[in-house]
Amino acid sequence: MKLSGREAMRRAIRRALAGDERVFLMGEDVGRYGGCFGVSKGLLDEFGPDRVRDTPLSESAFVGAGIGAAMAGMRPIVEIMTCNFSLLALDQILNNAATLRHMSAGQLGVPLVIRMTTGGGRQLAAQHSHSLEGWYAHIPGIKVLAPGTVEDLAGMLQPALADPDPVLIFEHGGLYNAEEELADEAPVVDIERAVVRRAGTDLTLITYGGSLAVCLDAAEQLAAGGTSVEVVDLRVLRPLDDATFLDSVRRTHRAVVVDEGWRSVSLAAEVSARIMEQAFWELDGPVGRVCTAEVPLPYPRHLEEAALPSVGRVVDAVRALVGDG
Amino acid sequence: MRDRLDLLRDMLLVRHFEERCARLYQETKIRGFLHLYVGEEAVATGVLAELEPGDNLVATYREHGHALLKGVDAGAVMAEMFGRAEGCSGGRGGSMHLFDASKRFYGGNAIVGGGLPLAVGLALADRLTGTRRVTVCFFGEGAVAEGEFHECMNLAALWDLPVLFCCENNLYAMGTALERSEADTDLTVRAATYGMAAWSVDGMDVEAVQQAARRAVAMVREGRPAFLEFRTYRFRAHSMYDPELYRDKAEVAQWKQRDPIALLKARLLDDGTVDDAALDALEARAVAAVDAAVAFAEAGTLEPVDTLTRHVYAETGGAT
Repeated sequence: MKLSGREAMRRAIRRALAGDERVFLMGEDVGRYGGCFGVSKGLLDEFGPDRVRDTPLSESAFVGAGIGAAMAGMRPIVEIMTCNFSLLALDQILNNAATLRHMSAGQLGVPLVIRMTTGGGRQLAAQHSHSLEGWYAHIPGIKVLAPGTVEDLAGMLQPALADPDPVLIFEHGGLYNAEEELADEAPVVDIERAVVRRAGTDLTLITYGGSLAVCLDAAEQLAAGGTSVEVVDLRVLRPLDDATFLDSVRRTHRAVVVDEGWRSVSLAAEVSARIMEQAFWELDGPVGRVCTAEVPLPYPRHLEEAALPSVGRVVDAVRALVGDG
Repeated sequence: MRDRLDLLRDMLLVRHFEERCARLYQETKIRGFLHLYVGEEAVATGVLAELEPGDNLVATYREHGHALLKGVDAGAVMAEMFGRAEGCSGGRGGSMHLFDASKRFYGGNAIVGGGLPLAVGLALADRLTGTRRVTVCFFGEGAVAEGEFHECMNLAALWDLPVLFCCENNLYAMGTALERSEADTDLTVRAATYGMAAWSVDGMDVEAVQQAARRAVAMVREGRPAFLEFRTYRFRAHSMYDPELYRDKAEVAQWKQRDPIALLKARLLDDGTVDDAALDALEARAVAAVDAAVAFAEAGTLEPVDTLTRHVYAETGGAT
């Protein structure tokens, strides 16, 4: 069945609600409005206002309430409209969700899922377009997922809910309208492993989330010119699965990291450092990076496109390392 | 039900525990930030006297007394402050982060206002599962300036959640006096705007605290949130680093005239419930309990460094 990301996620949430009475969905406009991006449309009628719970615009309180409820044995799915808004709940995410297990020496756990949109490309300007998953990946005590396909978007929810620790899912806004053929039983995604999306021999592109499609397109274009590129989808940003991308780099001897976050102090910097630490002698050249320009995302389409990682920029970065082939 | 002698016993335990902590800090047995509850004992004592063991408690970084009175073992609390593995948080938390899941004691939160959303969430879980339980959340008057306070008061009232909000108004948010931080210093008015029953209580009178708590807990057990402001005072500095430049010694001395322990003792002597010998015996019992707690902490062990990265993720199915 062909499903959009929006429909696939709705199906995943519906199944989670139907399958476990401890699960409830909570967030701004998830109920009567149907979700800011239409993901939860219809779920209020199906499950009622207790389990599809509209909240006031109080990110800190409802994220914290999700933490408290999770601590008490529930399995909340908390939706935050965009990751920019999640900063209003950062105190609860960092100082409570990520910390309670440790401060209590394992007496308490927070089996909470927080979903939020991330990323640019929709002309939403500088307060609705940023990619902050790299920040969150800095924090011990939480897990950070960034699906790059519709199948992963839908298939990550169940394992995230089954996880005993807080899991943040960063859903790239571009994925909701993307369509993929999905089996009726969506596969459960391994949320501890990265995955090779395309095999290649000359260079490894390491990416995640919204940049995955960019990298796959770039790989296709490069293949036409005779350059064989492998594409690794990190999909789990914390804990990072070093083994999968290091294994790839050891075979291709070159790497470019493509990350929609800003370049400085970025996830791309972390991946690059790990390659340097663990595979330095395998490299034929320096690790390249394609990131978002160091600017709050601008509104006009041409400027936004220039700021974000694009097929052209990825192709250029690869060619700079392997030559024109 | 806790009677007046129980209330005195509880307050004495907290007082002696806290005074001993201060000495142990000077002896460098306890380090980090240490916030003592001396002067404010009547608040936790009177409120906790009205709770059932199955009720939830969320407290602040000035929470030793709340932990002790919720039933957390005094030895485990002291060992926690010594950073020992036998502490109630395995030594990982220290003074500001006491936890005991078995007693439904949910910390020990050192972000002002940060515990309120947790209390709302605990109560939400009870609402969703049909569990009849009270969640009590303590916080200082400084938290009233935080956005989280207002978000949580609104959410609890909007969703009819069984939370008892207990504001320990000791007049100073660290060194900032209430009138220097709030446009309206009547905190019950602030709470009442959320459609919640709210009233102010003399926090130095443990019997007044208990009576107010009884009434409020009964309301909350019926499923409505309530707010209590306790007017109290801390006799000691904010923490061990505080030179107290922001308040007059005369003001402190004046509040000490209303010492909650002295107040209750005088009443019990007046009406013949106790005599001096009985009071001495109660004091001695509290001292002995603290001595035992210190001995337990002294005998505690340090967690080996090779387990440093534990308790970050669940040990079943977790990852680093």
